[in-house]
Order: sequence, then C-alpha cells, then structure tokens
Amino acid sequence: MQSLVIVAHGSHLNPDSATPTHTHADTIRATGAFDEVRTGFWKEEPSLREVLRTARGDDIYVVPLFISEGYFTERVIPRELRLEGWDPSLWESDGISADTATLVASDIDKEVHYCGPVGTHEAMTDVLIRRGESVTGDPSVGDGFGFAVVGHGTERNENSAKAIEYHTERIRETGRFDEVKALYMDEEPEVDDVTEHFETEDIIVVPLFIADGFHTQEDIPEDMGLTDDYRNGYDVPATVEGHRIWYGGAVGTEELTADVVLERAADAGADIGNAIERVRQRTKPTTGAAGD
Amino acid sequence: MSVVEPTLSETQLAAFREQLADGVIDHDGLAADYDADENAYHIETPDRQTTVSADGLETVPAEQAAYITNWYFYTQQVGTEIKQAFCQWLEQSDERPVPDRYAALESGIEREWGQLEITTTVSTDGTRHYEIRHVDDSDAEASALTAHTDPFDARDIGTLDADDRYRPLRTAPSLKQGWIFPELSANGVYDAVEAFYPATVVNWYREGRGELDIDHWQDEQDRQSGIYNLITVLPDEAVDWAAAACCDDSQCLKRREWELSEDEPLDADGGDGVFPCRGPCSMVVAAGREWAKLEREDSQTYEFELTPTEKEQLEAIIDAVADDELDEIREADIGNGANRYRVRYLREKRFDEDGNLSGTPTHPDAHDEGPGDDDHDEEADQN
Repeated sequence: MQSLVIVAHGSHLNPDSATPTHTHADTIRATGAFDEVRTGFWKEEPSLREVLRTARGDDIYVVPLFISEGYFTERVIPRELRLEGWDPSLWESDGISADTATLVASDIDKEVHYCGPVGTHEAMTDVLIRRGESVTGDPSVGDGFGFAVVGHGTERNENSAKAIEYHTERIRETGRFDEVKALYMDEEPEVDDVTEHFETEDIIVVPLFIADGFHTQEDIPEDMGLTDDYRNGYDVPATVEGHRIWYGGAVGTEELTADVVLERAADAGADIGNAIERVRQRTKPTTGAAGD
Repeated sequence: MSVVEPTLSETQLAAFREQLADGVIDHDGLAADYDADENAYHIETPDRQTTVSADGLETVPAEQAAYITNWYFYTQQVGTEIKQAFCQWLEQSDERPVPDRYAALESGIEREWGQLEITTTVSTDGTRHYEIRHVDDSDAEASALTAHTDPFDARDIGTLDADDRYRPLRTAPSLKQGWIFPELSANGVYDAVEAFYPATVVNWYREGRGELDIDHWQDEQDRQSGIYNLITVLPDEAVDWAAAACCDDSQCLKRREWELSEDEPLDADGGDGVFPCRGPCSMVVAAGREWAKLEREDSQTYEFELTPTEKEQLEAIIDAVADDELDEIREADIGNGANRYRVRYLREKRFDEDGNLSGTPTHPDAHDEGPGDDDHDEEADQN
C-alpha cells in the first residue's frame, strides 16, 4: 500500500495559501495512483508533526510543496516529521538537485521516502510554460513573446535564486520564446522594471511561487504598474509602457503542478502507472480568452 | 430483541467460511470455529451456542446472524484498526451487545465529535451508514441543509466561519452550520471527520491505547529554530496565560493534555473535549512568539484620570473583545461599556490629539520605541 504525503507551508492569515496543496492532492487522488493522499502543513492542520500518523501506507512518499531547497526542506520538515538520521548531505544536492532520501520516521517507526521540493524539479519548467499557455489562452504561445520568471532573490535564501535561474535557462533552451529572463523582487534585475528588460511587446510574467498571497497578488502587480491599487484588480494583458504584460500569478496554482508532485514520488520509487500522463491530459487548459 | 432482521448474503457467508478455514473468529461477542471432522461450524454468542452443518449456515438464528454481519462489517468493510475503533465508538459498542445495538441503530445512534453530530444507522446486512451535520442543526430538516456526498468537501466547509472569516484553527468552535453529509460509508465518515478536524481521530486512538505522545511546552521550546526561537524567553507564568487565552474550550475544542513540562502542570483548564491536544499548535507557538516580544518590555507606572465608571468601561471593552461578544451588543445599548457609541464618547473625552489615553504619553522620555518586528512573513517562507 502506497501513501503520498504532500507537505506545505500553509498560513494563519491567508485561506488561499493551502488551496494549491489541496487541489493537487485532489487531482492525484483522482488518478488512484496512491492508496491515499494526505496533506500536512507548517501553519495549518494536520501539522507536520502529526501528518505521518494519519498515513497508513507501507510505502510513504513525502513531497514538499516548496519552491527551493533551504531552511524548510532541510531543517524544519525533517525535524517535524522526525526523520531519524536526517542530514541535508543525504540529498547530495548542489542547491537544486535534491532527489530523495529514505529514513525512518520515529513517529510511526516506518521508513519514508523524503523527496526534494517540487520547485527544483525539471518538470516545473513545463508548469511555467503551461502557465504561459493558460494565461494567454494560446497553447502554442511563444513567437513574439518574452517570458519572465520571477523570484524573491537571494536575500533570504541563495537557493531560491538558483531555482529561478535554472528554470529560466531551461525555458530559454526550448527556443520557444523570443526572450526569457529571471527577475527578482529584492534585487536586480527587478520585476518593477520589467518593461526595460524586454524588447518584445508581449511579456508573460510568472512568479515561481507556490501559492498566491501578498507578494503575488499585491506587491508584484503594483510594482509592475499593472494597477495602482491591487484591490481594483488588473487586466490580463495589461498595457505598461507600450508592452502587454500577461501576468500569471503564482505558478504553484497551475493544475499541472500535480504532475511535478507525482514526478518527485516516482523518482523516489513510487509505482504510479500512467498517472503522470493522465494528469498532463486532465490539466490541459481549455483554450479561450484568459484573464478577467 | 433486534428490530433489524439480519440476513446473511452469499458474500458474507463465503468470507465467514474462508476465515474459519484458516482459523477461529473472536470478535465483539462472536466466537466461531470450524470442525473439519464433523464438517460443522460452532458458533457462540453471549446467549446462545449452536452447531450447524456446513450446508446449514444460512439457517443460523437471527441473533447469531446479527453477530456475523457485525463481524463482516468491521473486519471486511472498515479499513484500519483506527477506523474500526472510531466506528465502534460512534455506535457505543462497549455499552450494548450486538442485538441491542442493532435495535438502537435502527433509529440511529448519535455521537458528538467537536461540533459534529454523527448518526450511525444499520442495514439488514450489517452495513453501517453515517450522517454528519452540525450539532446546532440537530433538529433541522435534512432537506433544509445543503447536502454533500464527497467527504473531502468537509475541508471547504471548515475553511471559513459563518461570517466568512478564515478559520486558521480547524478545531475552533466556529464551524458554520447549514450542511449535511446524509450518507457516508465507514471510510467516508473517517475521511470527513479527518477533514473537519485533522489528526483528531488518530490522536484519540493513541490516547485510548495509552500511547499518546505529549509534547509539553518546554519540549516545544527546545525544538524551535529560526524566528520561533524567541519563544524560549517566554516566562513560565506567561505560558499559563497563553494556555488560558488560546486553549480554553471557548477557543479550541481539543482537550489540552500538554503542560509546562511533564512535572510542571499548568493552572489553566485543559477543557473537556473528546479528542486530545498533544502539543502546542502552530497558532499557540506563533502567539507565544508575539507574547515573548511583549514580555521583554518592563512594566511601568502610569497615571490616568478616569471616573470609576470609565475604568469599569475599559474592563468591559476588554471582556467584550476577549469573549468575542462585540457582535451581540445592540446598536442603541449605550448602557453597555463596549457599545460603539459609548466607546467613541470615551475616546472623544479621554484621548488627546495623539491618541494618548488621558493625555498620558506611552513613553514619557519621548523616545518612541515599539517592541520591534523582525517578522519573516509567511508567504516568503514557503516560496
């Protein structure tokens, strides 16, 4: 019997923080690839401390719904899950290459497979591109478009910027978009000046964030000049200094993120059959006008 | 005597035979074995002992058939030991033998789990059916409530309260009314309860087996890192205030089992909830961090000028906020100290232009210094 446990941050203040976690859990549950799909949170319930005892599988795969390797994936989650003998070196990661480590969780006295975060998996590149397709309503979007991947910057976690650079480069390598750039909230090149960094008239902007919240719904739209006041909303696309900005919001809310969770578990040895293919099919955006 | 007349299906009989081919059955008042020499089954229930031939199993008395359907349901249809224990608790299995239980289940056995009222009923084949609704909707017509079939809908029902405010604490007594799960299976009722009140069943189960692991406040303190390291400086007496403030039954339906440490109980009441709280939750830890910041300040003596009634009014305002009674104060009830007009009047009278009560500056030495804020915001943490 296989269990998937998705662990995420959650929030005491923002009810939408856990929404992507629950949505992706539902998507994966519907594939039947796992006998059960459980969710656990740092700030919500069940807590990381208690989530493993809610899982009953013999093979338990824990996938952090986090963007980068760092304080949470290396310290908080292993400590709260009580992974005996955990050390970040077990992942042998250069900051973006964590895959899996198998350790006994003393809470349940069973081995669990502790996977790297979804944000650094190569499949997340596809989710960023998928968000580009869904926000423009064009499954073949690319020609004439620029693509900006947005992150915090290195202020809090240097691996955060590594993940941004990694996906930016991978999107660039596809050759699909005219220009692809990494932009940051806290450092140069800044997302505030997005139009200065692109020649293309159309620019897709997607924050590499798990959930929508203060930064993705308030800060970034205002900083880019999409709106003077986030409470009034913004157009997609919005015209700023002669450019059309197609702002996608947090990539983690894209349904295809469920695929990355599955990829992480499969990389750790989970037998998931053709669930990845089914999720990719199921989460394909319906074409049509995007935005509101 | 049971009102439900149990009938044994071919599937149930096959499972019964298969089980007895491998060993004996000893479950909830039913003891059975197969005698290969005689090709007969011995079936013992509290008031009856029978031996039937292999072909005669269909003819077992109704009372014993009830025990067999009960065995079948619990061992073949309910997933895990935890779910079995929970479903048995739901039908008060330790209080009545199976035939009496079936009679009671005919009209439904109700139990409360937090703010959930869970009603168990039984079919003639022993399958249980579960209904969940809000305890305060106990007398409502089912047709007047919004019906749900997917147990995971419970997650969304529990996200916002009746005023559409976010409920970060799922076990707060603020679950909204107006919904019903009219027909859930044993696995479904477990999933729904788990979605309303995560991890409460498993912790209740561990407690029942004497295996609940408690993280006391000092254990929690020692484990913290990052911004929550700060809770290590919260004074012991403040932990009692924190538990009284956050963990009272009026704020959380879990029964607090954690103390300051294993040897140092807190004075605050732990509450009477059916399911235990095994450690300070993230809300209490986050609140503890704020209080640790506040407790770093020293008390100082202020002089305020207030009438006796105004002093009592300040106390009434604090009570009204702490007890969440503001919405109950009528617009024109000026006699209530926390009435909005009354409070606005006090502000006009007693605040100076800088918002200082009675004109008394917060920092008489004129340096304006707050407790400081080194917050690391929540959204940044996960991204």
